[in-house]
Amino acid sequence: MRLIGQIGQWFDKRLQLAAPIRAAVEHPIPRNTASWFYVFGSAALTVFLLQIVTGILLAMVYVPSGAEAWNSLQSLNHDVTFGWFIRALHGWGSNFMVAIVLIHMVQVFLFGAYKFPRELTWIVGVFLLLMTLGMAFSGQVLRFDQDAYWGLGIGASIASHVPFVGPAAVKIMLGGPIIAGATLSRFFALHVFVIPVSLVALVGLHLVMVLKLGINEWPMPGRLVRKSTYEAEYHELTRKDGAPFFPYAIWKDIFFAAFVLAAVAACAWYFGPFGPTGRPDPTIIQTAPRPDYFFLWMYALLSLLPPSLETPALLIGPVLVISALILLPFVSGEGEKSWRRRPIAVLTVLLTAVALGTLTHLSGFTPWSPHMNAWSGEPIPRQFLNGRTAVERTGALVFQEKQCRNCHSLGQAGGQRGPALDLVATRLTPDQLVRQVIQGGGNMPAYGKNLSPAETTALVAFLATLHPAGQLPAHNASHDLGIGQASRREKSAPSTHP
Amino acid sequence: MSDENTLSRRGLFLKLGIFFNGVVASALTVPIVGYVLSSIVRSRSSSYLSWVPLGQVKEFPEGETRLATFKNPNVMPTDGKTVDTACWVRRIEGNQFQVFAVNCAHLGCPVRWFPQSGLFMCPCHGGAYYQDGSRASGPPERGLFEYPFKVENGLIQIQAGELFTPGASASLQGKKSTCA
Repeated sequence: MRLIGQIGQWFDKRLQLAAPIRAAVEHPIPRNTASWFYVFGSAALTVFLLQIVTGILLAMVYVPSGAEAWNSLQSLNHDVTFGWFIRALHGWGSNFMVAIVLIHMVQVFLFGAYKFPRELTWIVGVFLLLMTLGMAFSGQVLRFDQDAYWGLGIGASIASHVPFVGPAAVKIMLGGPIIAGATLSRFFALHVFVIPVSLVALVGLHLVMVLKLGINEWPMPGRLVRKSTYEAEYHELTRKDGAPFFPYAIWKDIFFAAFVLAAVAACAWYFGPFGPTGRPDPTIIQTAPRPDYFFLWMYALLSLLPPSLETPALLIGPVLVISALILLPFVSGEGEKSWRRRPIAVLTVLLTAVALGTLTHLSGFTPWSPHMNAWSGEPIPRQFLNGRTAVERTGALVFQEKQCRNCHSLGQAGGQRGPALDLVATRLTPDQLVRQVIQGGGNMPAYGKNLSPAETTALVAFLATLHPAGQLPAHNASHDLGIGQASRREKSAPSTHP
Repeated sequence: MSDENTLSRRGLFLKLGIFFNGVVASALTVPIVGYVLSSIVRSRSSSYLSWVPLGQVKEFPEGETRLATFKNPNVMPTDGKTVDTACWVRRIEGNQFQVFAVNCAHLGCPVRWFPQSGLFMCPCHGGAYYQDGSRASGPPERGLFEYPFKVENGLIQIQAGELFTPGASASLQGKKSTCA
């Protein structure tokens, strides 16, 4: 032991680092901040360190070349000892990192920690969040598979909307005219050099500010932040009711860090690595590319926005959100910190969470996309065919053959792009059905050019039977009043229910 | 007095040093910026585009729409399979063709052709197009992108080499598709 002490002293005589390190880890913190709510920042840092280590390990095998990347991922998954596990750790670490950074941000927001004098800490944090998302996206690109290829196409399409410089931005992003080897190489440079180096620098800045300005005290309802008095009050608080960060609070950070690492490892072990999916071969078009988990909400949003709103939303939306986050500490840099007295802050978090959660949930079953195989894979349920006439059954065949099922469900099976048609005859008269089929409208293509008159007649005859046994189909009441038209409804809407 | 002289002498060298660094830095800016922007500079001169054969006209039956594949004209050794590109070829009749990019005009996902209903459908966000490429429904703001084509010696060729993106369509690619 004495020898170790002597060696330590020999180094410290030359390095002179022991004193500043001790001062840093033993800096006084308000006692009530030694809380489980305050562990997310250090957890994010822990996962970031895990990402650096696993990232370096992967880079020892991974080949950042359009021709070889996919093969090198295959050998990581199947040939290299524990290659699959390191990939899984890195992939799950990425998911955990985004999640923990978001939780950390919500906690900091609800505890008012962005207020004076910690405005810059918050702003640096906003950039850390953006970089974390940038790492997640560029990481998905390095998993150079079908999803990555088409995901790049989506990124390029979004970038192309930028006024004036859009097309040029696409060329810079892709490193050429198409998505190819050069694209992967530059995303490799981003993912491995540019963003990580910036992340390390900003994390350092973020931490220095936490040490210099002190950890945010536990917010008490009614204890308001004033620029003139805050620093003196905080100093007084740490003097009267303070404790050294080490060892008073750090044990919770250490426990939580271990818990998070164990959780990442457990997920990696149990669920395994992400992909790669099919080869990045653009001639294989039987694919439905999906983004990784944290961008699913954007995938849903891009499907649900009306076309006219899309470009403004894509271009102005992110600017507004990022500006709002950066301006937040300047707009409300003083005043109440406790979330108990900040209902708008709480509602903002809840609304954002519900919106993102709903969009993510929707992207799980993509109701906006046609089910490409429903027409050939989902037969019409028997109850819609029993007791129908020959014409109506022919119509059912047309319904299936013309891929109506890809967008319309019957008996809970089929696409959800258009309305379910189980009860369509109660909503539309046969005349309206003919018009809708031939002319389309309301987001439905017009089928006029692709249906013969006989097919249209049969199809509408089938659709007109889609109403419950006890409920009459829709009909145009004005036809009943017209002279000589009383029997028209019976003719055009044969009700053959038993 | 001598103190001031020493100071100004050092000050001069400091300024000269900064000046020299500035000169070197600005001289280096040219190759560095040129390197970073090279992909744009080349696209200005249209050197990405060239005529690519898709196959014999007789391989595409009249009135049908078929998937064709071609190799992107600019190939780097590290590109792998990504230079293989697909497109939808619709032969209307005779030498009348329409060649569509597989990329949806919304956000670039690959659209699939359904001959029975005469529609192109996109698996991503639900865009649909008629057989002539015009928009049928969904989020796209326009019809499918079209390659300029020509028929020579019974061979159909298209002018290809750049990824179609919706924002760029107004300028470069829009003009090209109208002259087809």
